[in-house]
Amino acid sequence: MIRALHRWPGLLALALVTILALSGAALSVFPAAERIAAPQPETGLTVAGLADRIQTVYPGVEQIRRSPSGRITAYWFDQGAPGAAVIDPATGEGVASADPNQAERWLTNLHRSLFLGDGGRIAMAAGAAAMLVLSLSGAALVARRTGGWRHWFARLRGPLAGRLHVEIARIAVVGLVLSSTTALWMTASTFDLLPDGGAIPAMPTEVSGATGFAPGQMATLRQTPIAELRELSFPYPGDATDVFTLKTDRGTGYLDQGTGALLAWADLTGWERVSETIYMLHTGQGAATLGLVLGLMALGVPAMGATGVLVWLAGLRGRPRIRGNQPAGRAETILLVGSEGGSTWGFAATLHAALTQAGQSVHVGPMSGFAPESYANAQRIILLAATYGDGAAPASAKGFLDRLNACDRAADIPIAVLGFGDRSFPAYCAYAESVATAAEAKGWPELLAFDTIDRQSPQDFARWGRALGDALGIELELSHRPVQPQTTTLTLVSRRDYGAEVQAPTAILRFALPRVALWQRLLGGGFARFQTGDLIGILPEGGTVPRLYSLASGRRDGFIEIVVKKHPGGLCSGQLTALEPGDTVSAFLRPNPGFRPGRSRAPLILIGAGTGIGPLAGFVRGNTRRRPIHLFFGMRHPDSDFFYGEEFPGWQDEGRVSRLVTAVSRGARPHYVQDALRSEATQVAELIRNGARVMVCGGRDMAAGVAEALAEILAPAGLTPAVLKAEGRYVEDVY
Amino acid sequence: MKSLLATLALTTALTLPGLAMARPVTLTTTLNNYGGDGAYLALYVTDASGAYVGSLWMAGGKSKYYEHLSDWYRATGGDTAQVNGITGASVGAGRSLEITLDLADALFDAGYTLHIDAAVEDMRDSPNEVAVPLTTDGAGTPVRGRRYVASFAYDM
Repeated sequence: MIRALHRWPGLLALALVTILALSGAALSVFPAAERIAAPQPETGLTVAGLADRIQTVYPGVEQIRRSPSGRITAYWFDQGAPGAAVIDPATGEGVASADPNQAERWLTNLHRSLFLGDGGRIAMAAGAAAMLVLSLSGAALVARRTGGWRHWFARLRGPLAGRLHVEIARIAVVGLVLSSTTALWMTASTFDLLPDGGAIPAMPTEVSGATGFAPGQMATLRQTPIAELRELSFPYPGDATDVFTLKTDRGTGYLDQGTGALLAWADLTGWERVSETIYMLHTGQGAATLGLVLGLMALGVPAMGATGVLVWLAGLRGRPRIRGNQPAGRAETILLVGSEGGSTWGFAATLHAALTQAGQSVHVGPMSGFAPESYANAQRIILLAATYGDGAAPASAKGFLDRLNACDRAADIPIAVLGFGDRSFPAYCAYAESVATAAEAKGWPELLAFDTIDRQSPQDFARWGRALGDALGIELELSHRPVQPQTTTLTLVSRRDYGAEVQAPTAILRFALPRVALWQRLLGGGFARFQTGDLIGILPEGGTVPRLYSLASGRRDGFIEIVVKKHPGGLCSGQLTALEPGDTVSAFLRPNPGFRPGRSRAPLILIGAGTGIGPLAGFVRGNTRRRPIHLFFGMRHPDSDFFYGEEFPGWQDEGRVSRLVTAVSRGARPHYVQDALRSEATQVAELIRNGARVMVCGGRDMAAGVAEALAEILAPAGLTPAVLKAEGRYVEDVY
Repeated sequence: MKSLLATLALTTALTLPGLAMARPVTLTTTLNNYGGDGAYLALYVTDASGAYVGSLWMAGGKSKYYEHLSDWYRATGGDTAQVNGITGASVGAGRSLEITLDLADALFDAGYTLHIDAAVEDMRDSPNEVAVPLTTDGAGTPVRGRRYVASFAYDM
C-alpha cells in the first residue's frame, strides 16, 4: 500500500517535481548572494537616521524598503522622472540598480507557475503535494526497510540504484517535507484561502494639516532600529492630508507629517506572522543559509527520480506473467507469494509452469490474499516468502500472519514454506521462518520441511524442487532463470590443478580480462569494474541455469580468477575443470557489495575452507596496505589441496597476511577450521573485541560450524555472531 | 475578450440613476517595458473634492496584493466588493489594456478625475500613476503615467 502510494505519485509527477526541485535549487542561491552583496548599516542606525540620509541625497524620495536580506531600496521622483536604487545605509546614496534580477524573475515564474498563470500555480502546487506524499511514503518505506525509525541510518545492501535512492532520500527528506508543506501554505495564501491578509489600520480622519516635520526628528522612527524596517512611505508632496506610512516586522502605522505623532498603529496578526515565517522558510529570504541547505537537498530530487525509475523498471522486469493460472476454488495446489521487489514472483512462475506441465492445476496469488476457506479442492499449499528488512512481511504478504492466526483451526491441507533471502543479512529468511513456525503452531500438517533459497540461487531452488517432486510423487525439474544477464566471452589463460589425490579435483582458473566497450567503462557495467568477492555467473553449454562462483581477483589484478572444484556429475564444474588455455566460456558479472573487506584499517579475520579460499586469497593478494589479516584455512591435505600454497610464503613476507592458520581434515586427527578457531579462541576474541571484521567463505556446513564456534568464543565477551552481523562486522559468502 | 467585457455594464454609482444618459467610453492603457512581472492596475474616479466615487476596472485577480495600490486601497478600505465583476488579469510589461464601459454623461466636464494606481511585484508601488480630468475635450488625448504607463487615453 505504502509502496503504491510512493510509486504512482512518483512516476506521474516526476517531470513536475524535477522542474520544481531544479528551479528551487537555483533560486536558493539568490537570497545568499543578496545577503553578501547588500551593504550593511552600522549598529544603532534607526529608521529616522536612514530616512534623513536618503532624503538629503534624494529630496523626492517616496518610499524606502528593506528586504529580509537587509538590502535597502529607495524610490524617488526627481523633476517628474522616477528613480530607484539600492542604498548604502552609511551614506544614503544609491550604489546599485534596484531593477529586479531578470534571471531570478524568470526562475521564480517557472518555479511557481510554469509561466502559465493561475493554472500553472495549481499544477505546481499539485507537484508540491506529490513531493510531500512521496517524502512521507518514502520515509515510511525507508523505516520499514531498515527495520524501524531508530535504524534510520542503518547500512544498506542491495542493488546500487535502490541504495542510492535511499541514501539520498534519508538525508534530503527533511528539506523536501519542509519545502513542500511551506509551498502548499504559500499557494493557499496566494489564492486567499487563509485569513492571513494584512491588518492595516484605518486611515486617520484627523491630521494636523501642517507639513514639513523632518522624518529624522520623528520619535517613532527614532525608536525603530533599521533591522525592524519593512517599508517607509512618504506623503505626497503638497497633500497636507496625507501621512507617513511605516511598516515594520511588528505592524503598520501612520505618522503625521506636520507633528511626527503616531496617528494609528495595527500589530501583525498571528496568521500574518505564521505566513511570513513560512515565506522565509520556503524562500530563504531572511534565512539564506537555510535556503542554501534546502536548495542542496532539492538537488537530490532528480537523482532520486532517475534511481526510482530504475528500481521500478527492475521490479517490472522481475515480475513475469503467469499463464493458465487456475481459480483458487478449483486448484489442487495453492501457490502463494510474499514478494517485495518482485523477484520471488519469478520463482513462483517457474514452479507454476513446472507443476502445470506435470498435470497439476495450480493457483498463484499473493500471500496477502490467503483465504483457506475458499480452497475447496486444495491438496497442498506452498508458500514462497521473501523477507523485508528486519524480518517484516514483504509487500505482497501483508496481513498473512494475522489471517493465519485468525483461523480457529488449521485446515487439513499440508503446507510447505520456502524462504527467499540473503545470508549476509542478520534476519535471513526471518519472515518465512515465522510463517513456518506459525503454521506449525496452528497445527497445519507439513508437506515439506522449511527450506530457504539464498540470493535467488537457481541451484537451491532446483534442489528444493526435487524434494517437492519426491513428496508429490512426480518428477519435478525446476530450472529457474531469474533474468538472463548479458554474457561476455572469457578466454582461459592458465590453470593450476590440485586435489586429485584426495578425490577432490580442483582448479584455479585464470581468464584474460575481456575488452570493455567505452559505454560500459562509463557506466561501470559488465566487467568494466569488479572486485575480489564479486560473483561471476557461468552458463554451462547445454544448461539453462547459470552457476555462480566467487571471484578471487579484482579488476586491478588484471585477470579474472576463480577456484572450481569438479563435482561428480556437475555440468558446469565439469566443463570448467576441463578447460584448457585458449578455451572460452560465457560469463556475466554479479556485484556482491555485501562481501567486501572495506577500506577500514581494522584487522580482518578471514575464515574459509576448500574453494571458499578463493576470494579470501584474493583479499590477501590485494592487501598492499598491509592491513592485519588473520586467515583460517581449512583443507583436506597440505600436499594436495593447499590452494595458493606457492604464493602464501611470499605474501607473508610482504606483510599481506599477518597470520595463516591451517586446519587439515584428512589424517589421524581430523581438524576442521572451526577447531582451529577454537584453539585460537583467546586471540580471536581479542581481535573481535578490538573491532576486527570477520569474513567467512565456503560451504554451508562449514559456515554453520564457524558461527557456532564463534558464538562460543565470543560468549564471555557478551558478543554474538548476530550482533556482529547487525553491525556489518560479520559477513558470509556461503554456497 | 474586450468585447465581452464591454457587455458588462457598469453597475456602480457611476451609472448615476435618474440620469439615464450614458455613452460607451473606451479606456486604453499601454504599459512601457519596465522589466518586471505583470502590473496590477486600479482604475477609479474621484470627484472635485478628491473623494472616491467608484471603480471602473481592476487589473489583477489576487486581493491580497491590492494594498500595494495604496491610494485605491485607502479610499476603499480594500473593499473587493468595489471591483466585483469588473476584475481582469494583470497587464504585462509593454502590453495594452483596453476596456469599454458605459459611463454616465454627468461624469464629464463636472470636475471628476480618473485615476490609475499601479503596482508590480518587487518593484515600486505607484499610486496615482495617472490622474486625468474627465472632460469631453480631453477625450482622445493620450497622457503619460509616472512610472509604468506609457500612455493612457479615453475615447468616446
